[in-house]
Amino acid sequence: MRLVDIKDLTVSFPQTEGLVQAVRGLTLHVAPGESLGIVGESGSGKSVTCMAVLRLLREPPARIAAERLELAGVDMRKADRRQLASMRGSVAAMIFQDPMTAFDPVFTIGHQIAETIRAHRAVSKSEAMAEAEDLLARVRIKAPKAVLQSYPHQLSGGMLQRAMIAMALSSRPQILFADEPTTALDVTIQAQILQLIKEIQAEYGMGLIMVTHDLGVVAETVDRVVVMYGGRVMEEGPVQEIFDAAAHPYTQALLGSIPGRVAGRQRLTEIKGASPNPAHPPSGCPFHPRCPVAEPRCAAEVPALAPFAPARAAACWRVA
Amino acid sequence: MTAPLLAPALELRGIGRTFRLREKGGLFARYTDHVAVRDVDLVLPRNAILGLVGESGSGKTTTGMMALRLLEPTTGRILVDGQDITALDPAALKPFRRRMQVVFQDSYSAIDPMMTLAQVVAEPLHIHGQGSRAGQTEAALAMLERVGLDRRYGSRYAHELSGGQRQRVAIARALILRPQVLVADEPTSALDVSVKAQIINLLMDLQAEMGLSILFISHDLSVVRSLTDRVAVMWNGRVVEEAPTEAIFTDARHPYTRSLLEAIPVLNPRLRRARSFPTRAEIEAQTPRLPAIPGLAAGATPQLVAEGDRRYEAIVGGVVGGIGGAATPEATIP
Repeated sequence: MRLVDIKDLTVSFPQTEGLVQAVRGLTLHVAPGESLGIVGESGSGKSVTCMAVLRLLREPPARIAAERLELAGVDMRKADRRQLASMRGSVAAMIFQDPMTAFDPVFTIGHQIAETIRAHRAVSKSEAMAEAEDLLARVRIKAPKAVLQSYPHQLSGGMLQRAMIAMALSSRPQILFADEPTTALDVTIQAQILQLIKEIQAEYGMGLIMVTHDLGVVAETVDRVVVMYGGRVMEEGPVQEIFDAAAHPYTQALLGSIPGRVAGRQRLTEIKGASPNPAHPPSGCPFHPRCPVAEPRCAAEVPALAPFAPARAAACWRVA
Repeated sequence: MTAPLLAPALELRGIGRTFRLREKGGLFARYTDHVAVRDVDLVLPRNAILGLVGESGSGKTTTGMMALRLLEPTTGRILVDGQDITALDPAALKPFRRRMQVVFQDSYSAIDPMMTLAQVVAEPLHIHGQGSRAGQTEAALAMLERVGLDRRYGSRYAHELSGGQRQRVAIARALILRPQVLVADEPTSALDVSVKAQIINLLMDLQAEMGLSILFISHDLSVVRSLTDRVAVMWNGRVVEEAPTEAIFTDARHPYTRSLLEAIPVLNPRLRRARSFPTRAEIEAQTPRLPAIPGLAAGATPQLVAEGDRRYEAIVGGVVGGIGGAATPEATIP
């Protein structure tokens, strides 16, 4: 069984320029207990993909079309409001970049976690509070009782991110969607939160989708990687193979542009130009205007995501 | 503008800043003093890039703003080209302002949305009364071109640009007066990976071309490694280590520097490892101990010690009250 199974997903938004496609024919899947990294820059469609699976986008204006859109075997296209409410939480939970906006500033952390527990299970308030305290301890918060009684503004960003993870774990989800969970954090706190997510994932046997623009985060946390650009998947494969031998010119360029890989002050390999405007996507492969090895064919036809080795696939005419 | 021949582009001597925080409201409010920056000495040599790294709250931005006198220091002195600008009044400061410019992280709020980009870039020339109106516009368009934006962008507005393009405009505006010192406060932190490399390369090229001295403030150690000549590490408002960039990355002396480096994500999944995260008390306990040094007062309080072309905080001398007794020979340099 696949925990997440998406085939040919397209998400579009009506804009003054016409229908803008944020995700264009995306296919991906996650097995139970597996961790998948979705890497992409702003506007690549990585966050919208997650929001679409969980049906968190307001429809309309968003329009979701897919041949298959399943979460733990449930067809998310047909799920009604009640089904969605139970899916979110018990099957899938999501954590975000900015934990400050994810919590309500006028209630204590304990109150909010307990409320989440009680939304999914029939337990008393005091039982829910005790469980919330236990969850805070499980995300390695040293003084869970104090944090339980704190308001969001009294906690640091790293502490809040831990509390949000505790809340996400409250209904024992089968998969955790983490959307840039460490982007706003200092480097030492980021390392701690990434380590925590990995440990928690193993403890709970959860699936994980880590959405990030940071290849370092991917290298630290996931088994498999999907690289997105211009609403499409450019490449996918096991994390080690992607870092050892990226197949797609975009992935190669992305890895090449990472600063600090070698000693000494020196210019970086840059990717010329800017990411495509989703309202006016280039013809053919979305990366071809910036691609150092583009051919005439790349501007004319969209290359399909095609397997070229076990567990690996790329959408490039040159990798076939 | 004849400066002493060997004076550094920018020098901070014992600079510090204390903020008074209001604790309780009402008529009889209580205040506490928060020391954001304490006794920082920094030298930005000519024609060089100095990285200033640290986590949020370390005091790195406060230090940068004081260097520009955008924030008044409570202690210490600021020297530009060897000239003390700490106490200059606004009129006397104006010529120095021209020689020191700044680029911020958030280019969106740094650019007036009502002005065309040519106006934005030309404005400093206008303020400092350099050249005719037509000359100012022409210089602005040429500067836009230099930072990699077509002249046609001169008639556009900030909202029409991507984040990377806006940061190019902010750099053009900062450099139009041909300053000697540029303070860049997290200029690449909000940018996409592929654009970040472009901006780093641009700063590197402009530095060499214009002989700029750059104080590069960042929490991103990878960027700092690619761009800077020297690095100063700030922790709790103090500089705890300062050294040539590669010495910081390969042979750090201070435990806080090492903990920062330890936290950088690996760029090869094969190198994944479980990490330990020292607490503040553990870092303090690991502060290097040095035997008595002639000319330095011994004491239990860590002080900056010079060693070759580097400096780091250490506890000096035999009197190490309360922390672990007298320094023994084996408990000296790690």
